[in-house]
Amino acid sequence: MPIEIASLLPDGIVRHLPVLVPAIPMLLAPVAAAMPNWRVAWALALFSILCSGICALGLVDLVFNGEPISYALGGWAPPLGIEFAVDKMNAPILLLVSVIGTLATLYAMPTMVKEIPEEKRSLFLTAYMLCFAGLLGVAITGDAFNLFVFLEISSISTYVLVALGGLKDRRAYHAAFNYLIMGSLGATFYVIGIGFLYAATGTLNMADIASRIPELSDSRTVHAAFAFIVVGLALKAAVFPLHQWLPNAYAYAPGFVTVFLSATATKVAFYALVRLLFSVYSPELDFQQVIFTWVLAPLAAIAAIACSFQAVFQTDIKRMLAYSSVAQVGYMLFGLSLATEAGLSAGLFHLFNHAMMKASLFMAIGGVLLSLGSSQLKDFAGVARKAPWTLTALAIAALSLVGVPLTAGFLSKVALFKAALVEGWWWAVVVLAISSVLAVLYVGRILESAFFKTPGPAQMNVKEAPVLLLIPLWILALANIYFGLDASLITTMTDGAASVAFPGGQP
Amino acid sequence: MAEFIFERYNYWAIILLMMVGLYVTFQAGNMIKRMVGLSVFQTSVFLFYVTLGKISGGSAPILFGRDYPKDHGGHGEGDHGGGHGAEAGHGAADAGHGEAGDHGAADHAEQAVDELGRPFVDGHIEPGHVGGEPLQEIYSNPLPHVLILTAIVVGVATLAVGLAIIVRIRESYGTIEIDELREKDIEHAETEASAEPA
Repeated sequence: MPIEIASLLPDGIVRHLPVLVPAIPMLLAPVAAAMPNWRVAWALALFSILCSGICALGLVDLVFNGEPISYALGGWAPPLGIEFAVDKMNAPILLLVSVIGTLATLYAMPTMVKEIPEEKRSLFLTAYMLCFAGLLGVAITGDAFNLFVFLEISSISTYVLVALGGLKDRRAYHAAFNYLIMGSLGATFYVIGIGFLYAATGTLNMADIASRIPELSDSRTVHAAFAFIVVGLALKAAVFPLHQWLPNAYAYAPGFVTVFLSATATKVAFYALVRLLFSVYSPELDFQQVIFTWVLAPLAAIAAIACSFQAVFQTDIKRMLAYSSVAQVGYMLFGLSLATEAGLSAGLFHLFNHAMMKASLFMAIGGVLLSLGSSQLKDFAGVARKAPWTLTALAIAALSLVGVPLTAGFLSKVALFKAALVEGWWWAVVVLAISSVLAVLYVGRILESAFFKTPGPAQMNVKEAPVLLLIPLWILALANIYFGLDASLITTMTDGAASVAFPGGQP
Repeated sequence: MAEFIFERYNYWAIILLMMVGLYVTFQAGNMIKRMVGLSVFQTSVFLFYVTLGKISGGSAPILFGRDYPKDHGGHGEGDHGGGHGAEAGHGAADAGHGEAGDHGAADHAEQAVDELGRPFVDGHIEPGHVGGEPLQEIYSNPLPHVLILTAIVVGVATLAVGLAIIVRIRESYGTIEIDELREKDIEHAETEASAEPA
């Protein structure tokens, strides 16, 4: 790995890097809540997220240039104490969440002014920091129950963030309520599963559970636990058909929240699913192979087609992209269900790329919304003439979403195709190709409306997005091109992650 | 057959509660009732964990009887004095976490010891010991209770946020019936879609 930062940090910090990553934003969140001036709160949020980002970078460096790290919280040695376990699988996720978090925080400044009343901005940023800390916690913890706690910290603050969209459009309250019900059910299913696992193995430490599962692979308790855990986490990751909460939540949440959630929340839940399926359970177990081939792979295929199809017929751009997100989760799930090292690596590769392209798409749309005020497709007619920079970035990200060569989306789709063909799953290649064609259709509708239609009187008021919004947007858009030319940075990380899932090499 | 059913009465109670909770969560038209259903569902899981920790014949994990530390004077259940009770409670916490005290490590000098002086066996801290002696009495497992305390807090937070959202819904829609809410949303979407391009 070309990243070398750990040697620059003081020793005392390096030793405690794992706990610092989620602790900094979590501890600063209440401080931000107490700030009467929301700009100070924003600076605090940016500061804490940057600190987490540096710590995450340090961890990526340590893990990829050295050994996995096990951090015993409070000096209580695992498996009895809670362990923060950092390896090649979760260090990249930490990095992804904190990079997107940093860019989203920059983006938050101009959009918040428009969408959130002044007295609520400090509290809004507090909820955001808690959500961020919770997501990092989910990614870093090595304890199955601790994962639930962090999952709920992030989820509960997410419900609040989504509901804040209700100040502009009351439908956000309804969406947030549905999300809350579904999200809590998902988390509770996960807890039931962990309860079964604890009953069967007598431990909550993931590595410890993993070492005891092979001898219990015929136990019905372990199978039931598997079912509950998969359903619970799949709900959080918006795996088809458990995605019903997602389109409305993304469509009516404040613009900044949509950017952040679309790029991180489902991704982290997906990581948790990968962690549980590959590092706690093992893909070599017979019943798991059956689930992969006959449940997860078909669901992934249906998601990729059905949700892309739904996306084509949406009239609201944010909803359209939200349905597209569910379809893209199908792609990732598909890589996972191949249960090979190449497949998992390709799925995670797509996870990274999708985070970049969806974040930049939602950022660009949020930028237009600032001066347009409507996310209806028909209101986007000709906006490209008024805001060329914003819309060009949107076009780049949209092409990446389709998978046009020289963009990041192309490389991860090719990786998925290759991994599928090695397994002889030609039907899956057909499914993904059809889904990509559908993506051309819905992305084409946005681009056609924005670039080729004549603007009406309402579009005359559309202005270029503010600079503070254009900076993160263009960083992400250029990243889509850069990683389309040379993805070695991401593939090193995802290959590393897949090698953790298959410690014995290719099965 | 009857024995099989009645032996597992706790699980039947849990399953019943769980199904009632799920049904109400999905079926109720009133949002508050949905939150109630969700709470019932979560409570059934709390109950599940608590019954996991129960060991038949086991008492609360506070040292008593033959395990009661001899050098503290008391021996047997009846001897619990106020001050001694506190000491015993402290010892039980240790037992619950499966650590041995310092002199336990000294007794097994050849054993590996972590930085806090707790002995390791096969890389694990050995449970079921207090002060280096194996436990004589049966205790229930306290860990599930601790987990569930956390889960209860999470449940309360979810309930609070859910009710707060319902208050907002009542303010802006004038109703908390899911069906009416959906109708109003559909109307809203239709007017939005049919309106002339702004």
